[in-house]
Formats: sequence, structure tokens, C-alpha cells
Amino acid sequence: MNDLDRGGRRRFLGRIAASVGALGVAGCDRLSQTEWFPKVLGSAEVLNGHVAKLVTGRKAMAQEFTPADLSPTFRSNGTADPNNPQYAALAANHFNDYALEVSGLVAKPRRFTLAELRALPSRTQITRHDCVEGWSAIGKWQGAKLSAILDDVRPTTAARYVVFHCADPMEQDGTSPYYESIDMDDAYHVQTILAYALNDQPLPIKNGAPIRLRVERQLGYKHAKYVMRLELVDSFAHIGDGKGGYWEDQGYQWYAGV
Amino acid sequence: MNDHANPAIPAAPAAAAPISKSRPLYLRHARAVRIMHWINVVALTLMLMSGLQIFNAHPALYWGDSSYSGRPAWLEIGAKENAQGNPVGYLRVLGHEFTTTGTLGVSSDDGQTYMQGFPSWLTVPSHQWLAMARSWHFFFAWIFLINGLCYVAYTIASRHLARDLVPTRDDVRGIGASIVDHLRFRHPTGEAAKRYNVLQKFAYLFVIFVLLPLIVLMGLGMSPRLDTLFGGWVGWFGGRQTVRSIHFIVAWTLVAFVLIHVFEVIVTGFWNNLRSMITGRYRVPQEDDHE
Repeated sequence: MNDLDRGGRRRFLGRIAASVGALGVAGCDRLSQTEWFPKVLGSAEVLNGHVAKLVTGRKAMAQEFTPADLSPTFRSNGTADPNNPQYAALAANHFNDYALEVSGLVAKPRRFTLAELRALPSRTQITRHDCVEGWSAIGKWQGAKLSAILDDVRPTTAARYVVFHCADPMEQDGTSPYYESIDMDDAYHVQTILAYALNDQPLPIKNGAPIRLRVERQLGYKHAKYVMRLELVDSFAHIGDGKGGYWEDQGYQWYAGV
Repeated sequence: MNDHANPAIPAAPAAAAPISKSRPLYLRHARAVRIMHWINVVALTLMLMSGLQIFNAHPALYWGDSSYSGRPAWLEIGAKENAQGNPVGYLRVLGHEFTTTGTLGVSSDDGQTYMQGFPSWLTVPSHQWLAMARSWHFFFAWIFLINGLCYVAYTIASRHLARDLVPTRDDVRGIGASIVDHLRFRHPTGEAAKRYNVLQKFAYLFVIFVLLPLIVLMGLGMSPRLDTLFGGWVGWFGGRQTVRSIHFIVAWTLVAFVLIHVFEVIVTGFWNNLRSMITGRYRVPQEDDHE
């Protein structure tokens, strides 16, 4: 009687344990490959973004550091030298022919030469760069305030995002250029700059010459290098795979503040 | 007693088990605690495994704000080639290097060799896929957090905390004896077995109110947006890379706790303990028991 109960119960529990084990890693892999499960999981990351913004406030400032904290060399990650003949030609002439194009939902589309960018109101900041992979490096950045560029081109009321089109192709065959996007809160943030100098030197090619985005409250993949063109849009559905960035199209979150 | 089920005897419904007079089953764990315990098991397991996959994206740990400060990593897992050109996995901790081929740095799965920090059988997803690992990690982080807050609210409201978890004065006085008992694998019987012993109480309180809140806080500390609070609160803990290191260390401290916990579950009567965390019923061990 009691032994029979215990035997049954034990067998039942044993079966539960066995099925949980079988589910295990293989089950998680199978779920990761489905269409629906990553969407369920991803909802938590969207929640992360909302909560992080709510808790900190729109204008919260990223931590800044002192020259003593600077990394001896600033690590280059991703592209170190774009595989793009047009970019190579610009680099060969020290970016004297470079001009940043600003277009899309703006009252006054225009181009900025490097000299014009350097003449805009600028900001210098020593910040920590946090890669999604887990490492951090500290660098001193100087660049034109993105807000100054936007004040000049005057985005229309329909504009919701700034898209950064870059010179570095992510495919071997020279296709799939890197791109990124941020919302207007981050675009007008005091620490959001288009950096042309790193550690008091012209921005090196491995770190994104001639200009790269610094959007200090988000992870490294948002900090687009080799920026060639800004586009103000109300949606990024028509760009790349429509997720708002190269890595976003590979499954990373659009909001990279967490 | 016989711990093996006899496959010839059909299973009887568990809930209808008659309670033997000589061996009273008593309700050890409230239903709420049982449910929250198992949610916690699932969430922490998946967070550990997805966390190890996230770690694999950069399998090195540092102290301070930055990974590139001129000082080497205090812990690093990697792969290098030996003289024969074969990959060799290594773990380097505080300047000591260990060859870990097969487990750390270099491991195989389905006959294929992979160069990854922790092996595929320990990570979710099993092969390098940082974006997906982050999705798993954050999803179960919310489950864990909500479950944990419910648990803390429940333990306080139901007086489970005050009644069962906070050590009494007698408990504290008996701490020496309890240590000796644990080392001899001597476990309380009768009335004493109905209560948590003093080491158990301290262990649970430490995990619930120190380790788990700390690992959450250190996880939040890795978010660049959340670091904007108080002008960079992550600095109070030594910087972002220190925070990442602490997150990792606490994770493995929790694994150590679970190993000890499961060990104690086994040596004090595995099926009885497991049943008490599933159905709630616990058969109080008597002096003459051999379990």
C-alpha cells in the first residue's frame, strides 16, 4: 500500500526529472530557432529599455572620467579599415574631399565638410565605451554636437529617428553597409557628438575616421564608425532589414542602453 | 527502506496516499513557497546557462572601469595552438595557467571541436549566439525578479521569515554543535527535523538577502543607461568591469550553494525532501530511520 504509493510517486518524479533533463540545452536551442519564442523573449528586452529610460530620465548624463583613466590604446572592434574603394580614395587624400550629407525629413538638407564640422559647437568628453561583448575601454572624444547639426538642418516635426549610413561594408563582397539609428532624445542629448578626434589626435581609421557617432548611454554597436550620411526618418522599415541597424538586423536589440 | 520503484506495480495517485499512523506526513512547505521555489530553479538555471554564453563573447574578467587599462585580466579562458598545431584550451586565474582542453577554451560537441569559453553543454544557446543569449538572460531575469519580490513579500506577510528563517537565540547558541553535526552527517530527527537548523537558516538568509540582491544589482550595473544614475553609481563598486567580475563570482557562489543544498537534500532523504517541495508533505525522520 504505502510502498506502492511511494513507488508510483517516485516513478512519476523520476519521469519529470528525465523530461526536464531531455528538454535541457537541446530544447532551448530548438526554441531559439522558432519564429515565435525569440519574440516572447525579446519582449523583456523592450521592457528593459522602457524601464531604464523611465528610471534615469531623458537627460541623464553618462559617467565621465579623468585623463588618468584613459586606456593606453583604444581597442578597434568590427571594421578596422573599410573594404570600400570610395572610402579608400577619401582616406588617401586625408579626408579633404569628405563631406557629411544630411538629408531626409529636414527643412534644409546640406553637406558639411570636415572643416565645417570642426567649426560647429563641440564637446570634449572622457567616457567609457561598453561593448555588448562585455569589455570596456576609456577614451577622450572631441566632436561636433549632433544637436548643432540638427539645429542647422531643422528636422521636420515628422522626424523620429536619425539614421547613420556608414562607409564600411559588412559583407566580403562589399555589400551590406553598416548603419545605425537613434531616437531624437538621444540625438539632442548633450553628450551625443560626431567625434573627429580621439585622445587629442585626429580619429584613426581603425576607430572610424573621419567621424564616428558617440552616443554614450548605449552599448558600442550603436556608435557607428565611418559615418557618411545622416538621414532623418519617421521609420526605418525601408532600410536594411528594417530593424534600425546592422546588428539589429542580426537579432540585437534596437535600444542598446541595457 | 527500498528506494527503487517496482515497475510491475502500477502507479497510484500521489495525492490519495493514506497517512501512516506511525509515520506522520506533515505539511512542510506552503504551496506558494513550493511554486516560487521551482520557478526560481528554472529562472536561475537558464540565467546561469545564458549568462555563460554571454560571458563567452568576451571570456575575460577585469578589475576597475576598463578592460584596457594596462593591467591584465584576472581571469581569462582561451584557446591557443600547441607545437603540433592542435588547439589547447586554457584557464588563466590570477597569473596561474591551467590546461582545460575538453572543458574550457576548447571543447567538442557531436565530434566537432569548438573554441569557446564554456562548453556547449553548459550554455544557452549551446553555440556562440550573443544576441539570443541576451534575450534568454533578460527574459528570465524579469521572471526571477518578479518571483523574488513575490517571495520576499510572502515570507514577510505570512511570517514565514520571522517564524522559520530568522534564527532564534537558542539557534545561535547551538551553532557550534550544528557545525559538528553537519560535518558528521548527523541530521535532526523528530520535532527538531520539522524546523530548519541554524546553518540552514543562515545559508538561506544569506542567499535570499545578500547574494541574490547583489547579483541583480551587479547585473543592472552593466547597463550604460542605468549607470547614469547618481553620476555613475557603478563607480561606488569599483567600476563596470569590477561589477561584471562580481556578477560572475556571485553566480558561481550561487552554484556552490546549490551543490551544497542538493547534497544536503540527498543525504537527509532525497525522495522525502523532494516530495516535500512538490506536494508539500514531509515524513518526519525518526531515530530508527536509516534514510
